[in-house]
Amino acid sequence: MTATAAEAAAPHEFPLPKILTNPASTPPTLITQGAEGRLYKTTYLLPDIPCALKYRPPKPWRHPVLDQRLTKHRILSEARILSKCRRDGLRVPDVYALDEAAGWLMLEWVQGTPVRVNINQRLGSRTEGIEDDEELKDLMRRIGAAVGKMHSIGVIHGDLTTSNMMLKPPAQQTDGATGLEGEIVIIDLGLASGGVHDEDRAVDLYVLERAFGSTHPRAECIFSEVLDAYRQSFKQAGVALKKLEDVRMRGRKRSMLG
Amino acid sequence: MAVEIVQLEHVPSSYQIHLALFRNVKNAGFLHQQLLARNADFEYAFIDASTIVSRVHLLSAVFKAVNSSANGTLRTPNIHSEIVVSLSSSSNIADAYRRFGVSPSTSDLFVVKVTFPSDTTPEPPSADSISQHLKDNVEGDAVPATDQTIQAITDVRTVRKSYKLNGLAWLDAIKDELVKRQEIERLILGGMALRGV
Repeated sequence: MTATAAEAAAPHEFPLPKILTNPASTPPTLITQGAEGRLYKTTYLLPDIPCALKYRPPKPWRHPVLDQRLTKHRILSEARILSKCRRDGLRVPDVYALDEAAGWLMLEWVQGTPVRVNINQRLGSRTEGIEDDEELKDLMRRIGAAVGKMHSIGVIHGDLTTSNMMLKPPAQQTDGATGLEGEIVIIDLGLASGGVHDEDRAVDLYVLERAFGSTHPRAECIFSEVLDAYRQSFKQAGVALKKLEDVRMRGRKRSMLG
Repeated sequence: MAVEIVQLEHVPSSYQIHLALFRNVKNAGFLHQQLLARNADFEYAFIDASTIVSRVHLLSAVFKAVNSSANGTLRTPNIHSEIVVSLSSSSNIADAYRRFGVSPSTSDLFVVKVTFPSDTTPEPPSADSISQHLKDNVEGDAVPATDQTIQAITDVRTVRKSYKLNGLAWLDAIKDELVKRQEIERLILGGMALRGV
């Protein structure tokens, strides 16, 4: 009886990773739970440095040795790609600390909201004049430039959506702000890989295009701005965009199997 | 007060972190010698302060070392050598000691001591005794370890070399020195986090 009462009081309490059971100025908050892991908001070193902790808990259904290996590999691969992006000047979250054996990765807490939220706020219930919204189109171009930069340094995201990009507002908000100002920060590179093939780039763009169409159907008419800015962002972009036409014809998977 | 007690987030409560910064150190050679001789009275992390860009930079290394100690995954003999090695972005231990540790030519020195109850010393030394021991043995001027002081000491050229931050065009293009420094700190944290993995 007492057990059920406790469960009812805290319906979604997961056991915290060990590192978060140590004392801190504020308790960690669970932000989301994905298929593979959980995301907490907590603090790094000092009470005034917020951070995101990505935790991949052990999967009891996997063989322990395999489980450990997969977790380690995924934590390290994400951290390496983030670090590479940062060195090459692409704005992604900073890597603060990691413990691949314990399955966690501490990253910079990026201020702001996912681009999806900013777009939807801007659209509101509007159905007209969207294709002439210059501020929104400018945001689209910043997205295209960020994705282009990422591809140009040899990184494929693997899950590009407007939820996996943050819009970090400028430090000083000016009067008459539209809520669309700021810097695009690409996040969640958990499925990212290194790659310079036009085919992979095209698939990345295709995933974004499809995700955009279903998340913001009314703004689909300005998605071409993303691709235009992408085209201008690096030399090989044109080839990738050409490939995108092929991918649109056949879908994300190259082979018809699986 | 010469020695500051630093509270870090997510550090087990049994660990206590003591931090001091000395300028114009005259006897770095002697301190270096104590480490080489493994003198048990000198269980400190002695760090050449010119290799540090900010408090967060140094404290990141301390945090990593404490975490390794608590998990029993130290790569070096003790938590103090681990702090020095944690500063490095490579897994070469000797190289880390040489780059970040005290050397006879060090004039600005960070001292970190982490205490926790262990089997050999169930009762760790008190803050006062640490403070006194440093006062007696480090010939230099104790100063508060503020970011402002640290910045005046940093040898940015050497730091950029140690962390392989040269040849990054976008970094060199940043005009605002303050922003550039922040970016350097950020890149260093990433390099340290990924050390040897």
